[in-house]
Amino acid sequence: MDIIICGVGGQGTVLASRVLGDAAIRKGYQVRTSEIIGMAQREGSVLSEVRMAAELQGPLVPDAGADFLLGFELAEATRYAHKIKPGSQVLINQQTIIPPAVFLGASVYPAEEMLAFWKSLVSGVVFIDAVHLAQQAGERRTVSAVMLGAFTAMNQELEPDLVREELLTRFSGEKKDYNARAFDLGREYVEGLSR
Amino acid sequence: MSKKLLLGNEAIAWGAIAAGVNVVTAYPGTPSTEIFTTLAKEALNYEFHAEWCVNEKVALEVAYGAAISGARSLVSMKQVGLNVAADPLLSGVYLGVKGGMVLVVADDPGPHSSQTEQDTRQFARFAKVPVLDPSNPREAMEMTREAFAISERYHLPVIVRPTTRVCHVGQDVEVPDIERLVRRARFDKGGDYVIFPSVSTRKHGELLATLQKVEEEFSASPFNTSQGPRGETGIIASGVSYHYVEEALAVLKIDLPRLKISTPYPFPGQLTAEFLAGKSRVLVVEEQDPVVEDEILRLAGRLGQSLQVSGQGDGRVKGVGELNVDLVLRSISDWLDLPLPSAVKMETPELPLRRPILCAGCPHRASFYAIRRAAGKKSDVVFTGDIGCYTLGVMPPLEAVDTCLCMGGAITQAQGIGRAEPGRQTIAVLGDSTFFHSGLPGVINAVYNQYPLTLVILDNSTTAMTGFQPHPGTGVTATGQEVNPVDMVKLLEGCGVAHIRVVDPVKLQDSIAAVKEALDFPGPAVVIMRSPCVNLPATRKPSVEIQGEKCRDCGLCVTEIGCPALVMNTEKHPRVLEGCVGCELCSAVCPFDAIGKGEI
Repeated sequence: MDIIICGVGGQGTVLASRVLGDAAIRKGYQVRTSEIIGMAQREGSVLSEVRMAAELQGPLVPDAGADFLLGFELAEATRYAHKIKPGSQVLINQQTIIPPAVFLGASVYPAEEMLAFWKSLVSGVVFIDAVHLAQQAGERRTVSAVMLGAFTAMNQELEPDLVREELLTRFSGEKKDYNARAFDLGREYVEGLSR
Repeated sequence: MSKKLLLGNEAIAWGAIAAGVNVVTAYPGTPSTEIFTTLAKEALNYEFHAEWCVNEKVALEVAYGAAISGARSLVSMKQVGLNVAADPLLSGVYLGVKGGMVLVVADDPGPHSSQTEQDTRQFARFAKVPVLDPSNPREAMEMTREAFAISERYHLPVIVRPTTRVCHVGQDVEVPDIERLVRRARFDKGGDYVIFPSVSTRKHGELLATLQKVEEEFSASPFNTSQGPRGETGIIASGVSYHYVEEALAVLKIDLPRLKISTPYPFPGQLTAEFLAGKSRVLVVEEQDPVVEDEILRLAGRLGQSLQVSGQGDGRVKGVGELNVDLVLRSISDWLDLPLPSAVKMETPELPLRRPILCAGCPHRASFYAIRRAAGKKSDVVFTGDIGCYTLGVMPPLEAVDTCLCMGGAITQAQGIGRAEPGRQTIAVLGDSTFFHSGLPGVINAVYNQYPLTLVILDNSTTAMTGFQPHPGTGVTATGQEVNPVDMVKLLEGCGVAHIRVVDPVKLQDSIAAVKEALDFPGPAVVIMRSPCVNLPATRKPSVEIQGEKCRDCGLCVTEIGCPALVMNTEKHPRVLEGCVGCELCSAVCPFDAIGKGEI
């Protein structure tokens, strides 16, 4: 399975990629993750690629090759739309992070068009208000946990408990509780949609 | 040991620990940084020495000193760092080493975070240093371990050259059990460690003879592999490109003879000649320079073999930027005259431009704003910039960087511009870590040659761009030891700089005045803008609040400074976002005193 995780630097996309990678190793898969760290990361567009299979070669997901797209931000999800294969699953945090270039008149952010684009492209695309759910969990910086929880409700490749456990080993104290709650809220949100 | 998800850089570090490394040095640089940070974390556990050095030349020399004393040493850097360290490397390879010495030099095709796409395999050939080219993290770990053994066998430094797609790729890797061997190092006097013209000639001859032996070993190296059926048409690949080739062939469902070259220099001629026997054409797939391709052209000539060599030379493979499986798929299809796989076309709505920018509350934003204001908004002052987060000062609306060349180059380029165009004012801007790296000689040059340098040092108490490493000015070492910080002011005074001011850049009026004063000062003048990086702990202050009744919706707070924590609606009414750290630069910019302190 090939997964694309995209967002804005600082949203926790790297955490999500590591958690999925470690969970896949525990399932006995070969794993490759790939991301760009450094100058591109500061408030910039970030992309993580996670591959898991019995046997793997390169670290990069081919165009039209992703089985799942985890979009942490609406425009960034749209930027990598060419990465998904027909029939791919798509989960998008509906948060919009508007870059300063837009306020300086150098760029635009057509959010409505992007929402319409996704609805027409992927039947069953899931939009989630991950920031709201993270706040509900008690800590705004648990968007990544919300997204991972929602992911496990949409895709059966990795058992939810396995992913949850891999996520929570990275935290202690109250942060662990916030992330556990955020994961569960993300998962429950998607389960609620299908009921 | 069980399998772990390791980044290539972490895998390299564990390879070095498994090889029993004794001394580790580095200067940070993307994509190499985590090699050293992983090692530094383990230095106390496994009893080896690890230090951040002031620059790559110093790091290489320290590692070389350790190696000629019989210790195993490793120095890591990014590709452009090797330019800085070239001098000791080229002499060091003549004189050789006693303990194993490994240079890990990370290349950055793309480039994602570098000035150039230079190819360290090419540099290795120029410097006559054996080089290993890993294709994935697991191989990078094995190669690093083996590199120490090769280095000791031939008494030569050895380069391991990962690229970004090895350094920052995670893979399921089995970390070997670590056994520590006690190693006694001792520098023997009377050895052959004095470089001298007559010594050089002898050493050069010995080096060439040694490299011949390394070539023979490389021709039998398990890192070089050949696969596939026999046939007249074959593919040769190196580094991560090897995996793209394997994947592309699987997609195309074709099987061809293929050779993976993991030891580009000295080139494994014997092995390659065996592979080429009976071939009429080959495609060479590699990133950056056509290093393997050139060697094959040369080899075919030497063998007198009629062979069509495709690759970068005939445009089948692109030599700029990174490769990926899609590009390699197209190269192979094109070369074999197969129908091209249909390219994905997708019409997305227009996307926002999301360029990297300075963080919310970054003190550099305030510094650049002050520099612009001091120079006068429409002034003709040339801003020479440098390498670090603050290169981002080039972006609108700050636009306070006119040049950026190399580490430390801001100070010296300003002098050249001023000499070429007497009377043209310049302001050189660089960060604290870059100042210690290679800025100081430029200051001394200005003092000595009486250039009225105006230098602004952005002192944020860390090497921020590469992930917040300490430096000599911070008073903390790589392993967390507290030491006396090098005092920048005293250092500059000692160099003879007569005008030095230290200001907090967020105190806007003070910092504007300080830059104006420095510009007017007749000799070299330095303003140190001192304020810690917002990513360091305990720098967060209460966020600001827009006072609705005072705000006139002029939009200046947003358009003047471009802070990512400040947005506005179509009526130009501003709103503060969660990311605000309370630097209050927007408050200082507001003409109506409408932005004040709020709650955290």
